[in-house]
Amino acid sequence: MRWRRWAIPLSSLPLLALLAWGLTRDAHTVPSPLPGKPAPDFALQTLTGDSLHLHDLTGQAVLVNFWASWCLACRAEHQVMLDVAKRYGPQGLRIVGVVYEDTRDNAKQWLKERGGDWINVVDVGSHTAIQYGLFGVPETFFIARDGRILYKQIGPLDEASADKWVPRLLAATSGGPEGAPAEGQTPGHVQNAPAPRE
Amino acid sequence: MNAQVGHFATLLALLLAGVGTAAAFIGARTEDRRYVVWAERAGLAVFALVAIAFATMERALITHDFGVSYVAQVGSRTTPLFYTVISLWSALEGSILLWALILSGYTALLVRWSKRREATLGWDPQVPYALGTLLFVNVFFLLLISWPANPFRVLSPAPLDGPGPNALLQNSPFMGVHPPMLYTGYVGMSVPFSLAVGALFAGRLDEDWPKLIRRWTMIPWTFLSLGILAGAWWSYEVLGWGGYWAWDPVENASFMPWLTATAFLHSVMVQERRGMLKMWTITLIVGTFLLTVLGTFLTRSGVLASVHAFTQSPIGPFFLTFLAIVLLGSLALLGWRSETLQSEGRFDAALSRETAFMINNLLFTAFAFVVLLGTMFPLIAEAVRGAKVSVGGPYFNEMSVPIALMLVFLAGVGPALPWRKGSLELLRGKFRWPTVVALCAGVAFAVAGIRAPLAWLTFVLAVFAAGLLVAEVAAPVRVRRRSNGEGLVTALWRVATSNRRRYGGYVVHAGILVVAVGIAASATFRKEEEWTIQRGGTGTVGRYRVQFDSVWAVKESNRDGVIAATTIYAGGNLVTKLSPRLNYYPTAVEPIGTPAVREGLREDLYLVLMAYTQDGQSATLKAIVSPLVGWIWLGGAIVGLGALFALWRSRAEAARRAAQPETEKGRIPSEALR
Repeated sequence: MRWRRWAIPLSSLPLLALLAWGLTRDAHTVPSPLPGKPAPDFALQTLTGDSLHLHDLTGQAVLVNFWASWCLACRAEHQVMLDVAKRYGPQGLRIVGVVYEDTRDNAKQWLKERGGDWINVVDVGSHTAIQYGLFGVPETFFIARDGRILYKQIGPLDEASADKWVPRLLAATSGGPEGAPAEGQTPGHVQNAPAPRE
Repeated sequence: MNAQVGHFATLLALLLAGVGTAAAFIGARTEDRRYVVWAERAGLAVFALVAIAFATMERALITHDFGVSYVAQVGSRTTPLFYTVISLWSALEGSILLWALILSGYTALLVRWSKRREATLGWDPQVPYALGTLLFVNVFFLLLISWPANPFRVLSPAPLDGPGPNALLQNSPFMGVHPPMLYTGYVGMSVPFSLAVGALFAGRLDEDWPKLIRRWTMIPWTFLSLGILAGAWWSYEVLGWGGYWAWDPVENASFMPWLTATAFLHSVMVQERRGMLKMWTITLIVGTFLLTVLGTFLTRSGVLASVHAFTQSPIGPFFLTFLAIVLLGSLALLGWRSETLQSEGRFDAALSRETAFMINNLLFTAFAFVVLLGTMFPLIAEAVRGAKVSVGGPYFNEMSVPIALMLVFLAGVGPALPWRKGSLELLRGKFRWPTVVALCAGVAFAVAGIRAPLAWLTFVLAVFAAGLLVAEVAAPVRVRRRSNGEGLVTALWRVATSNRRRYGGYVVHAGILVVAVGIAASATFRKEEEWTIQRGGTGTVGRYRVQFDSVWAVKESNRDGVIAATTIYAGGNLVTKLSPRLNYYPTAVEPIGTPAVREGLREDLYLVLMAYTQDGQSATLKAIVSPLVGWIWLGGAIVGLGALFALWRSRAEAARRAAQPETEKGRIPSEALR
């Protein structure tokens, strides 16, 4: 009956192996259908009270970054975003921050403390987040000049991913149905809108 | 400051738990009392330190110290105080802190108990082994909150405000009751596990072992039962789907150890009475603990998707390592001792209580296996076929209903069977009246229109089992009344207190029958309607007419709400007014409803506000009539009372036990295995 001493504990190894394998999977990630597809359009109010239509940015390389002031990972990410804005902004990269499930005041305060002069819009009711299939914040969508999503970063943006994908965004030639915007037009085409009431 | 104090307390507790584990094992092996004393002191100190960490976290939450990472994650200045206090267990790190608090509390209790035991019974190596094992479990959880799931990380600069706890968790005061109760049960299974491991290490099972481990299991079992039902009630009162159980992985994770612990509570009686099933019993209690660890791993590591979505966290590999250690370690111990834990008694007859317990154990473990398989299947399927699948309610319902029905039957038959050998005449006498009553009830149910076969069968079996239980109590009561001339109540009380364990057990069985009837009725005869109605208009569901009166908005510190006023009529008479509402939390994508429920023994009317027009002129309402759903909660209360009655030791009893001479208390080893 000596075999029992070994057989009983060894019988649990397949279970442990299965669980270990399970750890390498993420039950929550369903492959996103978005890369390769046109970015869902949105028209949202910016923190300064203007209105931004994503559609108007067609023809430019855009990063759409979902964040919130309560999100801890977003704090770490912010340094990378500042860096990306500094390096690639002059080359024509546009960054649009989308404030997710947060108040306008918190977001403003956050930016005041940490800096960042790109456009930020507030996703009231989280409709845009739903359209983008957001699983959490932060998430960043890389939108090419033709308005298609090239890549989606789940979790905080890191320098390696930024350096890999942003140059591709900038290099990709515009070929969308709308074509490039007329020369001289303000990038982003920010329209004036009535000041919001808080 | 809070972050530093809390983190320091957990680190120190981790250190002491580690030292205590080593001291306990060294003391047990070398039979050196001094080491054990140090282990006991370490156990008490760990509890004190974790309590300090817990209190520090509460203080940080209440004072909105957003420099503490966990507060920044779940705190908010607008959350009402009550929800701020209970938000401690609203996310992963805090819930492990609560876990550690309860675990170290149990450790302190075990220390107190072992001191008393040693004072009366002398040295017993299995107790320090058990203490060492329990302290080792402490080490693991303290390691989690010291490092990968540390809630006390410092944030600098501190955020101004946090998002508040998950909106669903601040929508009902039940979140204050359900998690602590469930954890007290779930975590408490570590104690019988430690005692079992202690006995395996020491290689001896004393006469009183089954009795004491049974008691240490009864306490967490009671909390686990009530915690599961409280969770079901929370789901019913808050989620707005009118249901209470969804076979979600987290629910299953709490249910599987309940099933094996219930099996254990029965098989340990066979061990106590007949010296049989030793190996099996000890495997069951070890398995119960392993299932709690496995369940926690499955639901907290992100391996399975669950509605109780704890965010992706780095604790998965830690949990897996811990699971591997306890699984391999305890199985190796079981294998090592399997030859020495042979049964003494033998089955004498097929018709006996032992047989009933065997079938009961078979059913409970089969039930646990069915749930485990369904819970793990998505993982297995992905590993084998690479496909993402989910296992839904139909599988679980189809597999569990037949098992549950047989268990309902056994809940009455088991207690009616005598130990060793039952005679047919005896059974005929015992079963005659309950059978007649059950058959009459069956006809009456059919006449009353209950035609759904499974519900009908459940009701009839429940009546039959209840009849047997009543007969079991009635017989000794009748004897007492006749011989002592006592009144009914006096006789009943004297009989019940003469053997609290037995009659408490019968009350628990009766409670389970009530729960079973509630589940069968509410699952089978539920009626659901949804209408969009104008102001003043009505909709009909079952015997009720629901009139939509008005809708208005309210503003609260942490949320905005929209409330619909309705008037309920039945048969032309005004019954009540119900006000279901929708709540808008700043951090929630979708509004979260608070259903309005008119609860009754006969049926619940459950009303949910689904939508409304901005002008308040019309609203969409969902109405559900669930017959006997309240019996589930009522049955739960009966289970709790029965368990309490069985556990209660009257002062007289305690005095009698204390006055017993040494030898009678049973520390006469039934076998010296070494």
